[in-house]
Amino acid sequence: MKISHLLLTATVALAVQSCKMKSTESAVGGDAAARTYVAPGKYDELYNFVSGGFSGQVAVYGIPSGRLLKVLPVFSVNPENGYGYSEETKAMLNTSHGFVPWDDQHHLALSQTNGEHDGRWLFANANNSPRVARIDLKAFKTMEIIELPNSGGNHSSPFLTENTEYVIAGTRFAIPVGNQESALDNESFKKNFKSTASFIGIDKNTGKMDVSFQIILPGMDLDLSRAGKGPSHGWFFFSTYNTEQASTLLEVNASQKDKDFIVAVNWKKAEEYVKAGKAKKMATEYVRNTFHEETHSATTEVIKEVLTLDPTELKDFVYLIPCPKSPHGCDVDPSGEYIVGSGKLAALIPVFAYQKFVKAIEDKAFEGEYNGIPVIKYEAALHGEVQKPGLGPLHTEFDANGNAYTSFFVSSEIVKWSLKDLKVLDRVPTYYSIGHLMVPGGDTRKPYGKYVVAYNKITKDRFLPTGPELAQSAQLYSIDGDKMQLLLDFPTIGEPHYAQAIPAEKIKDQSVKFFDINKNKHPYVAAGEKATKVERKGNEVHVYMTAIRSHLTPDNIEGIQVGDDVYFHVTNLEQDWDIPHGFAIKHAPTAELLIMPGETSTLKFSPKTPGIYPFYCTDFCSALHQEMQGYMRVSPKGSNVPLKWHTGGEDTTRAVAAK
Amino acid sequence: MKNLRHLFIFALATSIAVAGCGGGQEKTGDEKTPASETPADNSLVADKPAGAVDPKGIGKFKTVELTHPLDEAMVKKGQEISEVKCTSCHKLTEEKLVGPGWKGVTDRRTPEWIMNFVTNVDEMLDKDPEAQAMLELCMVRMPNQNLKDEEARAVLEYMRKIDGKN
Repeated sequence: MKISHLLLTATVALAVQSCKMKSTESAVGGDAAARTYVAPGKYDELYNFVSGGFSGQVAVYGIPSGRLLKVLPVFSVNPENGYGYSEETKAMLNTSHGFVPWDDQHHLALSQTNGEHDGRWLFANANNSPRVARIDLKAFKTMEIIELPNSGGNHSSPFLTENTEYVIAGTRFAIPVGNQESALDNESFKKNFKSTASFIGIDKNTGKMDVSFQIILPGMDLDLSRAGKGPSHGWFFFSTYNTEQASTLLEVNASQKDKDFIVAVNWKKAEEYVKAGKAKKMATEYVRNTFHEETHSATTEVIKEVLTLDPTELKDFVYLIPCPKSPHGCDVDPSGEYIVGSGKLAALIPVFAYQKFVKAIEDKAFEGEYNGIPVIKYEAALHGEVQKPGLGPLHTEFDANGNAYTSFFVSSEIVKWSLKDLKVLDRVPTYYSIGHLMVPGGDTRKPYGKYVVAYNKITKDRFLPTGPELAQSAQLYSIDGDKMQLLLDFPTIGEPHYAQAIPAEKIKDQSVKFFDINKNKHPYVAAGEKATKVERKGNEVHVYMTAIRSHLTPDNIEGIQVGDDVYFHVTNLEQDWDIPHGFAIKHAPTAELLIMPGETSTLKFSPKTPGIYPFYCTDFCSALHQEMQGYMRVSPKGSNVPLKWHTGGEDTTRAVAAK
Repeated sequence: MKNLRHLFIFALATSIAVAGCGGGQEKTGDEKTPASETPADNSLVADKPAGAVDPKGIGKFKTVELTHPLDEAMVKKGQEISEVKCTSCHKLTEEKLVGPGWKGVTDRRTPEWIMNFVTNVDEMLDKDPEAQAMLELCMVRMPNQNLKDEEARAVLEYMRKIDGKN
């Protein structure tokens, strides 16, 4: 948890505050049950995509019920369906440092058109091995993962511009660019360590991700970021901490200065520099993994070059705005006019005005430079400050009526305030220690509003106890009226950080129900039982298998030997919604497969001892699902048992005759 | 569970419909009918009244024009489609595999019934007495293989070929 140093403070604050806090009973309004009840068979109003934190995955909930609809495998292997284990999906988790089967997934961004969520893609960051994933919202599948070069941990990501021109990736840990070695002391940090802000260009038709350019910034930690919108479209804003440039005991050493910075990047200007050939090519190595729809398989490309821009050489496209104190949130309101900084250690919330910021640049209202980058005078860009809003402001979202909602970790509450006059309007407790919050569409030009969801770091007594480790809690509040109203608690997977929500109508009707078997271009597809076979190539054995209710073909395989690598390429012949078949074989040390209708998936299995290996369908498919099973006979190495296979009596003859 | 689910859903939907009628009446606690007195809805498994069966089945196909002689191009297409989507479960002989063998199907069923069954599987299995009788025999619901109308027609032509029609 990035704010773990505040935990102790929080616990103390909780203890103190608990006397003041309303009890759950009194905090929940009378109609909360009716407002969150989604009757059996009815749909939720919104899809809520929630980051899975250290689980590496993304969870999908229905709002307002809080029902878990799906866990999407993204950065972590998932033996439940074979993601990261099947031959087709292994490549998705490749990096320049080999196969990385997990990550720490913090933030999500739904693609936008004209500043509104368009329901096409969901982007997810990996904070540990720096990566960004693109999830397709038709099939709810991870389609692409790109690694970031020159990044120490991809935290301020995957926030995006209002037409999804770029997805951003800013490094949380400054590191020496090129990842060379350096001594670890504050002097060496100042000299060698840099931060990078990568602009990932998104192909507007396919969604394909490319690192278009990378801005090399002074060594500091880039925390969160937001794109400008409307009038401020063309700019990107990042919060920073550790502008002290400490390499050790950051808890103290990165909390020295009264103000850190919001880094403002004019990306349109950066684009011009790139077009004018002023970017430098840097040799590096990173990978892009792409899942191909037609072959149901992923491939990995190695990329060996990145374009970099240095703001100390190429002027006038990066500026710094002082912001108190170790800011986390850096949020742009729906009008694009205001930028809200949330300093974790600040006792106020500064609100900057885009127009004043632009004028400050014109007037050269600078207070100096920081490592060669101009620093704008705080007051020159300031719209105003929200005074005494609470303790430990973290993150702000907006409704469509000019109100802002800021989460406060230390005082464990959501505070509603007015953008116009910066007055606090309402506050509600959260249970406990809220991190991010989310208003549906609250990061767009047209917030949907209606709810705010708190994603909390501490759960304590909210649910039935489950030992020392508890699920993190989320809380749903209504923001329809003047006063926020707690409606619902729901447990989440991993640790939820940021989330996104979108009206169900924008997604549900485009949902893929099955894959067309006739479009399946998998090299080992068996489109129909007639195409099933077993082939030996040296010690590789390829089984072209089909699954349909309720048998596998072939279901008897003989002639396999110890030392063979057996590839079960299983094609699900079904062409109906919600009829996956599973494939599992005894002693498989990896995973099972879940094969969607029309899809082909491959499990590699290398038997270690002779014997009979049962295999079967794991996903209950019909009244005779239990009968959907078969056997593989494995003989000692060098055995003269011939390779043969069949399903049912008659086919034996056919199979052997065909051989 | 997917297969059984349909049975439950159907039974549930019916019981909800029944319960829905009763729900309109104001009842005090004392007057509530005990659950044991409400008869179970057995309509799915009950014997069907004879004579009410539409030999054309349920679906959009009311009249299917047959070709004479057989349309060989359609037969070929039908064979290709069935090898991908059908013959995992249906033999071309009279022998039952998962589903019934195809030999003789064009004598047992009207062309409309076959077309409706192939393109409207779930409604047919839920409502058509003949389809339901087959389900009781095979115990596996025929998958909806999402054949387009012209694909179903091609498969029908292939079935006619197997049955020696001309």
